[in-house]
Amino acid sequence: MNKIFRINMSDMTSKVESVPAEWAGLGGRGLTSTIVAAEVPPRCHPLGPNNKLVFAPGLLTGTPAAQSGRLSAGAKSPLTGTIKESNAGGTAAQQLARMGIKAIVIEGMPSEDKWYRLHVTLDGISIEPADELVGKQNFAVMDQLMDKFGPKIGILTIGVPGELRMCAANISVKDPDQKIRSHGRGGLGAVMGSKKIKCITIDDSGGGKVPIADPDKFRTAAKIFAKSLLDHPVSGEGLPTYGTNILINILNEAGGLPTKNFRYGQCEHHEKISGETMHETIVARGGKHKHGCHAGCIIQCSQVYVDEAGIYVTSGFEYETIWGLGANAMIENLDDIAKCDNIMDDIGIDSIEGAVLLATAMEAGVIPWGDGKECLRVLRDEIGKGTPLGRILGNGTASVGKAYGLVRVPVVKGQGIPAYDPRSVKGIGVTYATSTMGADHTAGYTIATNILKVGGYIDPLKKEGQVELSRNLQIATAAVDSTGMCVFIAFPALDIPESFTALIDLINAAYGLSLTADDVTELGKKILKIEHDFNKGAGFTNQDDRLPEFFTYEPIPPHNAVWDFTDEEIDEFWNF
Amino acid sequence: MKITVKLFAGFRENRFKVAERELADGCTIAGVLSDLGISEPELGVALINGRHVTLDQVLSDGETVSLFPKVGGG
Ligand code: SF4
Repeated sequence: MNKIFRINMSDMTSKVESVPAEWAGLGGRGLTSTIVAAEVPPRCHPLGPNNKLVFAPGLLTGTPAAQSGRLSAGAKSPLTGTIKESNAGGTAAQQLARMGIKAIVIEGMPSEDKWYRLHVTLDGISIEPADELVGKQNFAVMDQLMDKFGPKIGILTIGVPGELRMCAANISVKDPDQKIRSHGRGGLGAVMGSKKIKCITIDDSGGGKVPIADPDKFRTAAKIFAKSLLDHPVSGEGLPTYGTNILINILNEAGGLPTKNFRYGQCEHHEKISGETMHETIVARGGKHKHGCHAGCIIQCSQVYVDEAGIYVTSGFEYETIWGLGANAMIENLDDIAKCDNIMDDIGIDSIEGAVLLATAMEAGVIPWGDGKECLRVLRDEIGKGTPLGRILGNGTASVGKAYGLVRVPVVKGQGIPAYDPRSVKGIGVTYATSTMGADHTAGYTIATNILKVGGYIDPLKKEGQVELSRNLQIATAAVDSTGMCVFIAFPALDIPESFTALIDLINAAYGLSLTADDVTELGKKILKIEHDFNKGAGFTNQDDRLPEFFTYEPIPPHNAVWDFTDEEIDEFWNF
Repeated sequence: MKITVKLFAGFRENRFKVAERELADGCTIAGVLSDLGISEPELGVALINGRHVTLDQVLSDGETVSLFPKVGGG
């Protein structure tokens, strides 16, 4: 991967550059965050001409290493005002890597009200008119583009909420089954919309193999790595059988399943929305309980959820979405939840922000609690069409809270808090508070150690050890997010020493390097510090590394836990 | 003593979701597993009344035990 493309939407130019030496060892999040921090003024308006939208495949993307096909997207986030990286599966990352493209940097914005499509080929990137696609949602855009270019075309696209620059808008990525994966969090779809780019098409004809410096060493490491993924019970068996939704019952039993907009830690109808029920339903109806978001995924945590007639409803049906709609918004019917998931893919909004904002809208009295049918309507006809109500909702949880004068508004730095209550799972609360991305569970997934007993055990209800746990995981995750690997490689990496060593060997073999585990940790630290410095430049201080106040005075049953960290305790996080 | 046992994920296969079991006084989590024919390495997480416990935890009459194999998500 030796090319960086710069697309300037102000003067409509497309340039190719070679990769500067200091960026050569970076990929994925490490590269998007480095470019954003170096080139985007931290105080710029995220929807203005000075923000940049950067796409980068990971360091190992396009190689035969399992799980390595994730694409990072980065920019200043309109939802949080912080730096943002969001990674997704789909076909685009591997296509770009095989075309030798290390990053695409989209700058400026057009002065005219016209829409464009970027077309990526081995000859370069051209800026094409896309007015005929405006007003269409993602599946219609993808159908039209596949009619034109054939089924293999790679696609990144935004729906109407992205065109309207709503802060919950995501960027959708076509997957190998012509369905959708998402750069979900942080409103990156609005940044793409602000630059008047409706979609990006990738024709990788003529693309070669990603060069590997030491193929024998790579093959050996790839085998050990793949074996560790299959040997570990979570990645080898749990995830492909039940998907991530197995967490509903375990969080419910542990009292950490936020229910009815974070009022309770357990949900009475948990069994109806559980991973076990979902698995049985999928198997009985002839769907697929395991499925990958990109070629080369051997864990296969995804699934294809079908209706009673066996017809596709949704795929990539994640725990966080099901929690948000099922427990937090109290929708008991899994079919309704699946339809909402599909509509969120179609209109292109983050399914975590979408679910959290719907529960907040219920808190506001805009939608009755548990009314799945009304949620479907609101998603399709209000947010999907950009009505005034749709824009209040589509700008995210914080926007809904403000518009309706609510206090129980679960956000950190403006981003909706996902599926684990910070009062009863305290490590994840530290991650929500300190992450450079706003409330983001994947940034430092302490659930592994607090709840699942992977990588040791730290009591989720006690404060001891949580800051250190979150810090270590956030550092490791920043590094892993740079490789193009999906985050679930962490389960074997935390428990099986050869797994992590094999991952480092893969990078060394691919690039002819001799990195050690310490070098990888240093990379993770460096990325976090670059991101943190950007946020400080944007005006954030340690006073923003805090959870919403209601967590400190509303105890959550069954443990009646409150958020009880002092400011000083949280601020210890950045001592590294 | 009477103990309520809740099973999850693969532990449910050929067993049950929830059942009341009659166990000897002083029975531990390890004892519950052997009563159910589950080997110790298969256990991911055991909770009593929503708190994580270890294999040697002694049960008291009337408690609810939740048992999970090694599973995860994120
Ligand atoms: S395990 Fe899941 S998230 Fe990871 S690459 Fe496979 S399908 Fe995608």
